Amino acid sequence: MTTKLFGTKVPRVEDQRFLRGQGRYVDDLLTDDPRLLHAAVLRSPHAHARITDIDVADVLDVEGVLAVWTYDDLVDAMAEPLPLLIPHPTLTHGRTQYALAKDEVNYVGEAIAFVVAVDRYVAEDAVARIRVSYDYLQPVVGIAAARAADRLVHDDVPGNVGARMEQENGDARAAIADAPHTLTLELDVERSACTPMEGRGTVARWDPDTSRLTVWSSTQTSTGVRGCVAAKLGLDLAKVDVITPDVGGGFGVKINHPWPEELLVPLAAMTLGRPVKFTEDRREHFISSAHERAQVHHVEVGFDDDGRVLGLNVEFWHDHGAYTPYGLIVPIITSTQLLGPYKPLNYRVVFESLYTNTVIVTPYRGAGRPQGCFVMERTMDAISAYLGKDRTEVRSTNFIQPDEFPYEHGLVFQDGRPLTYDSGDYPASLAKLKALVGWDEFEDFRAEMAEQGRRVGIGLACYVEGTGVGPYEGAHVHIETSGKVKVATGLTTQGQGHQTAFAQIVADTLGVRFEDVEITTGDTRKMPYAVGTFASRAAVMSGSAIHLASLRAREKALRIAAEALEASEDDLEIADGVVTVRGTDASIDLGTVAVLSNPLRYAFDEASKAATQFSVGDPGKPPVAEDDEPGLEGKDFYSPERSTFANGMHAVIVETDPDTAEITILKYAVVHDCGHLINPMIVEGQIHGGVAQGVGGALYERMAYDESGQLLNASFMDFLMPYVTEVPKTIDIDHLETPSPLNPLGIKGAGEAGVIPSAAVFAAAIEDAEGFPITAMPISPSELFALRLEHADVPAEAIAEETR
Amino acid sequence: MKPAPFAFLRPAALEEALAALAREPGAKVLAGGQSLVPLLSMRLAAPSMLVDINALPDLGHVSVDAAGVRIGALARHAHVLASAEAAEVQPLLAMALSHVAHPTIRNRGTTVGSLVHADAAAEMPMVLRLLEGSVDVASVRGRRTVPAAELFAGPLESTLAHDEIAVEAFFPALPAGAGVAFAEIARRHGDYALVGVAAMVETEGGEVVRARLGYVSVSDVPVVVDVTDALDDPAGKALADLEPAEDIHATAAYRAHLVKVLTPRVLADAIHHARQKTAQRKKS
Amino acid sequence: MSEQLHDVRLHVNGSVHEVQVPARRLLSDALRHDCGLTGTHVGCEHGVCGACTVLVDGAPVRSCLMFAVSAVDAEITTVEGLTESDGTAQGRLSPVQQGFMDCHGLQCGFCTPGFLTTITAGLRENPDPTEDEARDMIAGNLCRCTGYQNIVKSVLRAAEIERERGGDQ
Repeated sequence: MTTKLFGTKVPRVEDQRFLRGQGRYVDDLLTDDPRLLHAAVLRSPHAHARITDIDVADVLDVEGVLAVWTYDDLVDAMAEPLPLLIPHPTLTHGRTQYALAKDEVNYVGEAIAFVVAVDRYVAEDAVARIRVSYDYLQPVVGIAAARAADRLVHDDVPGNVGARMEQENGDARAAIADAPHTLTLELDVERSACTPMEGRGTVARWDPDTSRLTVWSSTQTSTGVRGCVAAKLGLDLAKVDVITPDVGGGFGVKINHPWPEELLVPLAAMTLGRPVKFTEDRREHFISSAHERAQVHHVEVGFDDDGRVLGLNVEFWHDHGAYTPYGLIVPIITSTQLLGPYKPLNYRVVFESLYTNTVIVTPYRGAGRPQGCFVMERTMDAISAYLGKDRTEVRSTNFIQPDEFPYEHGLVFQDGRPLTYDSGDYPASLAKLKALVGWDEFEDFRAEMAEQGRRVGIGLACYVEGTGVGPYEGAHVHIETSGKVKVATGLTTQGQGHQTAFAQIVADTLGVRFEDVEITTGDTRKMPYAVGTFASRAAVMSGSAIHLASLRAREKALRIAAEALEASEDDLEIADGVVTVRGTDASIDLGTVAVLSNPLRYAFDEASKAATQFSVGDPGKPPVAEDDEPGLEGKDFYSPERSTFANGMHAVIVETDPDTAEITILKYAVVHDCGHLINPMIVEGQIHGGVAQGVGGALYERMAYDESGQLLNASFMDFLMPYVTEVPKTIDIDHLETPSPLNPLGIKGAGEAGVIPSAAVFAAAIEDAEGFPITAMPISPSELFALRLEHADVPAEAIAEETR
Repeated sequence: MKPAPFAFLRPAALEEALAALAREPGAKVLAGGQSLVPLLSMRLAAPSMLVDINALPDLGHVSVDAAGVRIGALARHAHVLASAEAAEVQPLLAMALSHVAHPTIRNRGTTVGSLVHADAAAEMPMVLRLLEGSVDVASVRGRRTVPAAELFAGPLESTLAHDEIAVEAFFPALPAGAGVAFAEIARRHGDYALVGVAAMVETEGGEVVRARLGYVSVSDVPVVVDVTDALDDPAGKALADLEPAEDIHATAAYRAHLVKVLTPRVLADAIHHARQKTAQRKKS
Repeated sequence: MSEQLHDVRLHVNGSVHEVQVPARRLLSDALRHDCGLTGTHVGCEHGVCGACTVLVDGAPVRSCLMFAVSAVDAEITTVEGLTESDGTAQGRLSPVQQGFMDCHGLQCGFCTPGFLTTITAGLRENPDPTEDEARDMIAGNLCRCTGYQNIVKSVLRAAEIERERGGDQ
């Protein structure tokens, strides 16, 4: 009997090629093709300007330059603005950029001209020779400037407001007015970004022999890119293949599409008749991909003596940058997911999504949830502090209880479906977290540390994450006559180990050997119907689809095997790729079943010899029955009614240096509930990575724009991504497995979880250590020092002296 | 991020390198390249020619004698850091070098290159100044020795002429009765310091007779402050000479605060070090 | 005027690659595009991320901060040169590679080659690192996926494998 692989720490299939340097990332492709050309992009050095002239006369003189495009060279659909991917009725003033800037630029980094040359060096030489004349306009930088609206990003967008959206369940303002206690909070989160180690990249090759365009892109959605390329270049969809090769991390930024280069590269390849590659460099990634996180929040909350939230009224302002290609997904998620595991009796949320002259905003791992979690958890901490209650007690008071699922919030989620939680056990999660971090023992620890002149604090934060967002994913399972199983699903992979986790599902469902399963992702030639990898949806969506497709293949295998073995299907079992009549020696391997499933005219190998129409089948019937198809395959799609909601709780103990205000992590604990785990090793890896990104977002990383809209830290030198020296040495993880009733495997998404509570949990711990409120994140030692001065009656040196 | 084109020379003799520099006003010397190459790739610098001195003979040395440590132009930071003799004769070298970037950068980056790059946020220029060392430079016009006090002209600017190559740096030995210490605070491990402080004190009979402090990242050029007469408030004295500035990582006030926090610690460590060294000498 | 090309002989993983490149060709680009060794990845091109780290005469060096024309006298090892020959075409994973496999020390795999080369040299210098020493060994390389905890474990596991294999011989 095959051992069940689901739920076990199966080593990753993909590691072999990565460890040997044999991964194939987009910049690795076609490197040995002497005809390959390379692109570079002229980007706006100004945050806000009108373009009065572009002079490319000097460019074509550069030896090795083949072509240059500006807006004036674009025609038809390419001359139209890029698509607004996710429209929304409240996005009344959506704007998108052109593939190459038309008349004006609205952020530093916006693409203006596209050069193709024999190599990237020469292409950059050429870019440096393009002369652009500008009329400078005053930029709008930051939420305060956007709200003030003294200047406009787009002349036809009054107040810089792209959208205003409001949702309410009950009457929050009335409940607050009537509440025994009320508090008001102002909470800020700054910009950050995904920053995968591999930037964006696209390669395209037009094959005149077959009249087909092949595009390889480092994207989170092959099918999305395919649709855009076909539409923009005026090609039949059938002429375009998009393949996502190995991807060096995404974290959200690669879900946006089409990037200008994703269209310009194929355009150039078709125009020049040679393959073209664009590989984004690090500076470009900072100024011309996407950022996220910047929001300012105003919270009013009314509560009773127990801390039960009677009314919660949240207004916030979301900085979406210069354009809105990805619609309102991020602020909608904040507005709905900030509720976390709690059930305020009345809730109102209203946000404005604002234009600024900065890089566009699209989802970054967590996608608005870190901000929402920050708002809710800071509010819980504020209520606890106000009432003098333990922070876990106030949270418990507000938890949705295990017997209240499915729990309807009376709001609409980002997928347009009702915000309804499917399952969870928040009290159990909290109990686990308290034990894991030593919550009840912390005061002893604090006292012990204080005796040594050391200052420590503890914080916790809870979140709920809607995962496995629709509309659907599909899978195709093909059992070859060799017994090998080839599986395709359309969404892409960027390091999550899908080739392993999905193969585990196939091996279990089909009863085949794990090593006989090969998973292909993100290749529109093999699965043209797919959505993409975002919102912690791959395992839930494609995992479920693969399970369903495997069941179909299994069904067919059993039907044919039953006939071949002259047994009842009910008596058959499949293990290690062999169908056996239970309790007997009678068996047939799946490869042979595949042979039988496909009557052939020609024999080209041993297996096919056995399948020619002259050797098998009933001569009295058609070789393929009317309701059947040749081949041992299964195909199915999974389309859930709504999202499934994972949850988790983090706690951290930090030490703040009384002298230098440096912040050190002493302990980090995670309780995570994503339903059944397919591969606990991979899930824990996702949590580790999420926590590290969260540490970066809370303590190190920010996009430092100056008032003229220049990004001052567009390098790894100054954008402070954590090294190993900045992350917790260990992360204590405990799992709770509350299965989702919404999918056949009982799974929930896990990809984003690690990063969601970081800002909240660090703010709480630092606040606990320092004794004054932390209301803005990230926080650096310099900022903590400034806060100490602000909150001290005596100078910080004296405080330091005292505690020494 | 690819460099602009440049001509390239990889001479096998110093004279050849010097002649090329004299001939080509836009030429630059390439040694370790760990600061230069990023500037080229970002096209913040575009020399007409690079003179790669890595094939020159006899410049990779770290030679140590009683007078001090002589470091050739091609000695990598890692090589200097690995020299137990150098650390013995002048302990501040290793103390500071272990804070220079990350080990991989130190494998290629040269100590002499770091000196002439003249970055006030880098450790080694300040250390050279504090120790009152010098740099030997060569050109077609001959050789000269530039004392540390005359080496740094401004932000990222040394006093070397464009056709000169720094061939060797000299870090004097720790005198009898002296001690040194170093500390810095950076945002991430291996980053440029927000503030770095080194101290060198000289003692006689256990009493401090001379105390000097060097600072990283709180001025445009490496600054050394004599605090012999201000041992009760060395940071106060130092701050009068420093110009802590605000950048995206720290406010000026925070940098000044760190100067106040680190200065007494480092000074105390150096005094302790001096007494320890003196005790060791007595034993041996 | 066309850019002057230099004949450069690079010694990589025990093989000689004769390439013709302009002086400004970064070693990282020469390895990837001229030698076809795409295992070395480019993550920042300013020497901070460490993805492009290769061994130059045994010592880890950022290949994005060296020019190919400066690498003529050096013996270079890239990730492709780390596997050990065991008679198979692929070769067997080196202890460091196997350590990463065993401990889930990689996710997207993009930064991995730089870690592998760095740790290979690090363990040669210190074959039995403590956990803190393992952390120091990788402190100059960025990874955005793993959070590093499993990479630290991989270093320790690699040291263990090295000892086990040493025992085999």
